[in-house]
Amino acid sequence: MQTISLRHLAPGQSAVVAKVTTGGELGRRLRDMGLVPGTPLKVIGRAPLKDPVEIKLRGYNLTLRNNEADHIIVEVE
Amino acid sequence: MSQAQLIVALAGNPNAGKTSLFNALTGARQHVGNYPGVTVDKKEGEARLDGQAVKIVDLPGTYSLTAYSLEELVARNYLIGDRPDVVVDVVDASNLERNLYLAVQLMELGVPLVIGLNMMDVAEQRGMKIDVAKLSQLMGLPVVPLVARSGQGVQELLRQAVLLGSQHPQWKPLNISYGADVDQGLSELAALLEGATPRQGLLSARWLALKCLEGDSEVMERVRENQALAGQILPVCQRLSEHMRATLDDEPESVIADYRYGFISAIARQALVLEREVRMDFSDKVDRVLTNRLIGPLFLLGVLYGVYQFVFWASKTPVEWFERLFGWLGGAVEATLPEGILRSLIVSGVIDGVGGVLGFVPLIMFMFFAIAIMEDSGYMARMAYLMDRLLRAFGLHGNSVISLIVGGGISGGCAVPAVMATRTLKDPQARLATILVVPFMNCGAKLPVYSLLISAFFAHRQADVMFALTIISWGVALLAARLLRSSLLKGSQAPFVMELPPYRTPTLKGLFIHTWERTWQYVKKAGTILLAVSLVVWALMSFPGLDAQQAARYERLAAQAQSDQERQEVANQRAAAELSATVAGRLGRVLTVVTDPLGFDWRTNVALVGGLAAKEVIVSTMGTAYSLGQGAKKSVDAEPLAKRLAASPGWTPLAAFALMIFVMIYSPCVATLAVIRRETGGWRWPLFAMLHHTLVAYLLALLVYQGGRLLGLG
Repeated sequence: MQTISLRHLAPGQSAVVAKVTTGGELGRRLRDMGLVPGTPLKVIGRAPLKDPVEIKLRGYNLTLRNNEADHIIVEVE
Repeated sequence: MSQAQLIVALAGNPNAGKTSLFNALTGARQHVGNYPGVTVDKKEGEARLDGQAVKIVDLPGTYSLTAYSLEELVARNYLIGDRPDVVVDVVDASNLERNLYLAVQLMELGVPLVIGLNMMDVAEQRGMKIDVAKLSQLMGLPVVPLVARSGQGVQELLRQAVLLGSQHPQWKPLNISYGADVDQGLSELAALLEGATPRQGLLSARWLALKCLEGDSEVMERVRENQALAGQILPVCQRLSEHMRATLDDEPESVIADYRYGFISAIARQALVLEREVRMDFSDKVDRVLTNRLIGPLFLLGVLYGVYQFVFWASKTPVEWFERLFGWLGGAVEATLPEGILRSLIVSGVIDGVGGVLGFVPLIMFMFFAIAIMEDSGYMARMAYLMDRLLRAFGLHGNSVISLIVGGGISGGCAVPAVMATRTLKDPQARLATILVVPFMNCGAKLPVYSLLISAFFAHRQADVMFALTIISWGVALLAARLLRSSLLKGSQAPFVMELPPYRTPTLKGLFIHTWERTWQYVKKAGTILLAVSLVVWALMSFPGLDAQQAARYERLAAQAQSDQERQEVANQRAAAELSATVAGRLGRVLTVVTDPLGFDWRTNVALVGGLAAKEVIVSTMGTAYSLGQGAKKSVDAEPLAKRLAASPGWTPLAAFALMIFVMIYSPCVATLAVIRRETGGWRWPLFAMLHHTLVAYLLALLVYQGGRLLGLG
């Protein structure tokens, strides 16, 4: 088990959210969208310019920027 | 409408099918208004159950009920302030957990709630089986399965909502545990708040306490108004916050959210069975292609180009019908009314003015139709996804693309809703930059101008020139945004966290309703502001006219004329002299001092001044200017304005192109300026837009016209 930030996941890779290291507006927005510890997610892909990233969690697709993905620490196998 | 009419409020996540449900419930019985004090759309409609009318209020789509966004605040304040009889939360069954996050917050607030479990068909396709009875039992609420798009379950949902609402139940806030620390803090705060708040009778002290711990800006502001109370409450919040940071390395608000999701997971585990794992559904497969690094951007460009081709192709014939209709109408009035000021007012002021605008309704309607397809199919969100990195390079935001497109990025939008749409942008600087560059887009009101000039001077390359204009407007907008963001609007970026809804085939009903709503807004504007402006412009172009001495001179000349040809000659000269003697003629002539280098004559100048009121007026004013100026008072000439311009001396394709560039960029119309003022809270930015944009337009049109002449193009 290894913890890295969401930015460093490759397309197709799955992980589980370990921690969200930001508060304020961004933190609240991420929680509203269901990104809380224990949530499994999978990277679907990245936009043509490598940013933003598209992920799948709780059965739906979400997109966020790499610099926002930095705040999401995930556990990978 | 009876006084005891039941009010049902619709809440739900964006993309959960709330609009489909609203349409299914109300059909054509709906109208759009505003929530008091803000410009968030308030859609209301009427549903019927067993002959009884029920009022349906569509709340803004939100993921949460915090004070984080204007939409969420509006929804929350409506629930608290207006206390609808019952709330229906539209929940996407295929995305149950995240959708229930809002449901839990509605339950915490305590509103009488019915869950409309929508998209049961999609959930089934994804291999999910939901035990509706179990879900209802676990949540302690009525849950009605739905397929809102096809209308399945809608009547039953309405029945359940009316059943619950007509009992006028007390609000019953849900009490769940948020862990020992938070629970203890909540009890402490609730005890303090119990006697103190003026809202105490309406809202539970525990809910207010919860909001205090979450650091909800609005509730905290209310608390701070009461100094004695604030003195007791703030230390408790702070103590808890410090305690949690020390023990859990976390904030109370995120701990609260975790427990909400824990509550939801417990429910989902019991009520939801994943019968088979669908590794990759249809939407993901489509996305693999449409957001592919190479295919994605090409497809996006292809979509934009396809939209023009479609809109021009589809609207060609109806536009001709409208032209003929107004031509016929003008002729009929001419034939009935005697010559004089009244006839001139009706034919030249009203019919030519409004007809010139309404004639383009088919074009605008098909454009809105195309935009509705992109929104309803889910492609619009992909555009934001594909464009974000690029737009960020210019200091904008992926969501800016939606404003830019609504404003006319694919041509045919309107800057007014586009400026309002920037509210979804949480980054104040990026938002302001978006607001300021949205007016550069080719809105529906500029289309008639382009359409006129293109058909006059570029008849064989209509779609190509339109495409070029679109690319130019984007180029100008992006460069201007970049310059603004590195000069007047420096600042950091705000979050871009956005749902990519699954691709769906739009329903015809939904498309028609969206298209109709927006087209109707345009027509209303045409019917009111434009009629008024047409009349003002007509007056400016009719008065004061010739003085008695000059008039007598033309009378004399006419009497002396020997042949019909000579009489016609005199009539033309007289008409030209008359217009030249009006207020508008004088202003237009004065302005030629600055517009000569751009190739604009005084008639164009008059039209551009009129266009400040609304860009549609440019065409109608030119129509009036040419029909009056060429002595056509005797009859409405069947010859369209386009042909007349093409035949006029002084007009070249280059001059027409310079004019199109100027019209694209110069000052936003009055309506847009008013919205910018409202959205930015002062006159500073609308004034800036007016002066700055006109200056940029002047310089670019100058570059095009003089540069083109140097290259031998004109």
